[in-house]
Amino acid sequence: MSNDGGSNVVPGRAEAGYDASTAPSGGFRKGSFGVSGSGDTSGFGGLVRVEPGGAVALHSTERPYGGYFDEVTDALIDAVGQATYDAAVRRVLVDRGEITYFVGREHLLQLVQALRDDEALRFELCSSVSGVDYLDSGGPAVAPGRPRLHVVYHLTSMTYRRRVRLEVAVTAEDPHVPSVARIYPTADWQEREAFDMFGIVFDGHPGLTRILMPDDWDGHPQRKDYPLGGIPVEYHDATIPPPDTRRAYR
Amino acid sequence: MTTTYDPYAGSRETTEGRVYTVTGGDWDTTLGADPHENERLVVNMGPQHPSTHGVLRLVLDLDGETVTKARVVIGYLHTGIEKNTEYRNWVQGTTFVTRMDYLAPLFNEAGYCMAVEKLLGIEVPQRAQTIRVLVMEINRIASHLVGLATGGMELGALTAMTNGFREREMCLDLLEEITGLRMNHAYIRPGGLAQDLPEGAVEHIREFLEVMPKRVADFHRLLTGQPIWQRRLKDVGYLDVTGCLALGVTGPILRSAGLPWDMRKVEPYLGYETYDFEVPTSDTCDAWGRYLVRMAEVNESLKLIAQALDRLEPGPVMVDDRKIAWPAQLSLGPDGMGNSAEHVAHIMGQSMEALIHHFKLVTEGFRVPAGQVYVPIESPRGELGYHVVSDGSTRPWRVHVRDPSFVNLQATAAMSEGSMLADVIAAIASIDPVMGGVDR
Repeated sequence: MSNDGGSNVVPGRAEAGYDASTAPSGGFRKGSFGVSGSGDTSGFGGLVRVEPGGAVALHSTERPYGGYFDEVTDALIDAVGQATYDAAVRRVLVDRGEITYFVGREHLLQLVQALRDDEALRFELCSSVSGVDYLDSGGPAVAPGRPRLHVVYHLTSMTYRRRVRLEVAVTAEDPHVPSVARIYPTADWQEREAFDMFGIVFDGHPGLTRILMPDDWDGHPQRKDYPLGGIPVEYHDATIPPPDTRRAYR
Repeated sequence: MTTTYDPYAGSRETTEGRVYTVTGGDWDTTLGADPHENERLVVNMGPQHPSTHGVLRLVLDLDGETVTKARVVIGYLHTGIEKNTEYRNWVQGTTFVTRMDYLAPLFNEAGYCMAVEKLLGIEVPQRAQTIRVLVMEINRIASHLVGLATGGMELGALTAMTNGFREREMCLDLLEEITGLRMNHAYIRPGGLAQDLPEGAVEHIREFLEVMPKRVADFHRLLTGQPIWQRRLKDVGYLDVTGCLALGVTGPILRSAGLPWDMRKVEPYLGYETYDFEVPTSDTCDAWGRYLVRMAEVNESLKLIAQALDRLEPGPVMVDDRKIAWPAQLSLGPDGMGNSAEHVAHIMGQSMEALIHHFKLVTEGFRVPAGQVYVPIESPRGELGYHVVSDGSTRPWRVHVRDPSFVNLQATAAMSEGSMLADVIAAIASIDPVMGGVDR
């Protein structure tokens, strides 16, 4: 088939020429079959890996954010001061009715403390702490030493019934993030899980040990470069490779 | 070769070499002058233990019969479900997440599917939403009954167990009739449901609604007034609101501390704001309060089921978008559940395009626009949150589950340190953790 796999690359998605303002929220691909401008529905166009990069869209939302997001942001600025806020929050993304603050790890504890304690914020509950490995997810910022490991905090304000998300990114070579377990004791196990699965080291954690895997386990299983360890299986005279080495639609 | 004196095995030299004789000894000669001097005893309990609510391991420091330190060891049921979902397409994810908290499979499915739908930006049809509420509330009753049954068994109330499982069986029969499976249903799919309610299901649910309130009353007659049950639960596993929030504890435990925090009320989804139901609370902060809250929630779920049945209108149970909806509704054929005969005839005999479409959607799946969402729902055990990340491909980039059992289990130490050994069992039973969800 002559139409190539590149047909589903959004034109001009090169690093410099990419126009964030017109992109769909966080996404760089359109259409259920990843096809645009051609009749190719074979899906084989999809075999050419399109570096998505958009799982964390690299653009920032401009104010006003809408909803309660502006109120929360103003309260946060009041609580920590404009200078600290500017230094701490790299960018803000409002997507699908959820707000994400991308935060530098140096300022994480200060922000989290303010989010929990300030009268106008009152995020009493740390709902979830999870790790995400963005290895090879590409995007405009592909560079050696790119921070691929993200820690995502979901905070809930029961007083105001609001939710925010904080995201901290670190490299695999220097995977240190300050622990929020002293502020939110519930983060204890969740940070242990993120350490266990992604090798993110939470400095100041009361006892950072493996939690789901055995203590003597090698490696961190949910990293994207961790091999699944499957073996090829013969079935009806065909050999089925393990899931991570199978040909896959992307 | 030097050997220190071993009180348990005296030795003597023989022509064959040194021979040890293993003997016993008196405690006071073994331990020294005062045998009660060092009473700290570390007891390992589990992971294979009938009273730890699953493959949960406890390491308990005991002083006499008082627990001075309780450490919880988990991971014995880790199956890598989160990782597995990254190697399957979006629809297949349903079949994985349903196996996590295996007592609340439909909540896992609903949470996951709602996250995928939020990423896709689609809304499922009204009938599908109502049926989701319906099956989830049946599932909530089943889950609370198992919590009661296993908790009762761990405390020695075997009739609670036999009755709890008997009543749960009615729920499972209904779910089997509706979904085809007793557990691990994979019934809720991104975009709607795998199939519509079968004929007769509504009547059977109505019969269940007739019977179940009597059974709940039986439980109250059996347990609530019973002095042993009361004394095993009251003032056991104390955790107040401050403790709950610090430890992230939600669900019946938080409501037993008096805070009416229920996702169905505070952040309604699937139209819960239009239903008439209460959020039961208690102010006792203990295992007794949790028991009462769960029993009251069973009654509230019955109310919700009745309302959901009344508002069932005919209509589709899957979104219109043929790029997302599974090509065929399932139906029961002579050889079991599968694609409906009409659909197979259509793709095999009439339309090549329909066949291609079916093949594409089933093998490749649909793409989900890149981004991340967090969707919390109220499972029987608390806030069940799905943090789902898509990179725009046909598979999830990351599915993280904030499982309430996992988070709530952290409260074990706070609930049981300083109490008697037997109360640890009652405290853990009142947390009602499901290890499939804890370890994932």
